[in-house]
Amino acid sequence: MKDDKQIQSDAAPIVRLDKNNDKQIQGDAAPIVRLDKVNKHFGELHVMRDIDLSVDPGEVVVIIGASGSGKSTLIRCVNGLEPFQSGRIEVDGKTLAPHGASGKSLQAVRTEVGMVFQQFNLFPHLSIRDNVTLAPRKVRGWSRRQANTTAERLLERVGIADQADKYPSQLSGGQQQRVALARALAMEPRLMLFDEPTSALDPEMIGEVLDAMRELAKDGMTMMIVTHEMGFAREVADRVVFVHAARSSSRERRRPSSMIPRTSVPAPSFLACSSTEPAPTRRERGRLDGGPFSLASTVSHEPLAGCGSCRRSVFASCPLEAHFQTL
Amino acid sequence: MDLHFQFDWQAAIASLPYLLKGVPYTLLISFGGLAIGFVIGMLFGLMRIAPSRWLRYPAVFYIEVFRGTPVLVQVLFIFYGLPTLLGGPIDALTAGIAAIALNAGAYISEIVRGGVQSIERGQREAGLSLGLSATQTFQYIIWPQALRRMIPALGNQGIVSIKDTSLFSVIGVGELVRQGQVYIAQTFTALEVYFMIALLYLAITLSLSMALSLLERKGLVG
Repeated sequence: MKDDKQIQSDAAPIVRLDKNNDKQIQGDAAPIVRLDKVNKHFGELHVMRDIDLSVDPGEVVVIIGASGSGKSTLIRCVNGLEPFQSGRIEVDGKTLAPHGASGKSLQAVRTEVGMVFQQFNLFPHLSIRDNVTLAPRKVRGWSRRQANTTAERLLERVGIADQADKYPSQLSGGQQQRVALARALAMEPRLMLFDEPTSALDPEMIGEVLDAMRELAKDGMTMMIVTHEMGFAREVADRVVFVHAARSSSRERRRPSSMIPRTSVPAPSFLACSSTEPAPTRRERGRLDGGPFSLASTVSHEPLAGCGSCRRSVFASCPLEAHFQTL
Repeated sequence: MDLHFQFDWQAAIASLPYLLKGVPYTLLISFGGLAIGFVIGMLFGLMRIAPSRWLRYPAVFYIEVFRGTPVLVQVLFIFYGLPTLLGGPIDALTAGIAAIALNAGAYISEIVRGGVQSIERGQREAGLSLGLSATQTFQYIIWPQALRRMIPALGNQGIVSIKDTSLFSVIGVGELVRQGQVYIAQTFTALEVYFMIALLYLAITLSLSMALSLLERKGLVG
């Protein structure tokens, strides 16, 4: 514990993600999610360091950051799939305790929070209909009939009403992910978490899933989305949270890695790798990691093509956060 | 080549009614033992992967002891050894069923553990994220899938246990082998009778594997 404090003071100042940063969202409603000085370690690895973040009802927050920066970990903490070591997470008025010691309130939180996973995680032994109706029946105590009616409506909404009797393996990836969305929505959640919902999809199927999510955002659902789809983020997000990983790439460095959300950017805006240098070598990366990161205000309206130098897509792309600037 | 012995089909067929009397005992010991063994296996298999060491260690102990000692020794211990401890005799049939149950239970525990652990983590996470309790997640999501994956291994264990019952002739249960031995003592037709015994075991084990493959193809649930 004391060690943590020490490290903390060494670290760069942390920019708080306060609502004040965000002029667009004005509402007197209390935030539906509030993270307060949340710390998470994977063994030696300090993945999340004093994370503060709040999400208002109806807000769509997109979380971006390089691979391994802990974006997924962040949203997995919100529904307790990942325990954290210190701090406080409040979801829909219920508090999650550190070390996963929340018991019943954890289940209560999960009942109100839906999640869509990268790998869909549909139940392969159940039909599409049963995938959607299982939780409402067992958790909410709905009758099979009531659950089926809701399932039909939701499946229709995501465009797969005619596949209800099939099994997950008989559907395409895009269809499966839309079923996963319907399954989560069947619980009538107050908040939806998306953990890279399109990353496991073939390119031609990404669109249909994003469309369904776009619809949902339009309907006013509160959403926290981890994604690499920059165009989608710009279009849908009320706020973009950038997660920065100060990850030590060489063994000699004793300083534990950490994730620091540097700032939040009002939409429409996004980050681009604007470096003209060639893609950094592994060694350079180690040196540059944790280096300065700048995020100027937004000016661009043009869609981004990708990192000019390393030729990779905008986000997953440039392995160097230091390269990112606003275009 | 001069054979002293010829296979006497008539003798083989004649032994059949007598041998068939042993079949119910063989079936009772194997399937009774397997049914109890399955319950034991489920219990200890799950204890084996429990987070608490107070559950895990006893399960490991049980599995190692009963998997690591011969079933023949186990049944002799139960039939001849335990009565001196308990002060009363144990009926041979009970001893046989208990031996199969305990022995198969140890193997089935490991099958259960493997089956449950083979289910992707995402399945559990999906269940929990929907608000299902850990128990509900296990009951509706993990277990049905695990059970389906366990069928081939369970079938294997079933066949092994059926064959193991042949050892119980030593404690005098009137099962297949015992019946054969008694019959041979009277007729001296070892070749024919043991051949018939082998055929009968094969009939039992083949029926089991066929039933299981049918079950596997049709799927257990849904």
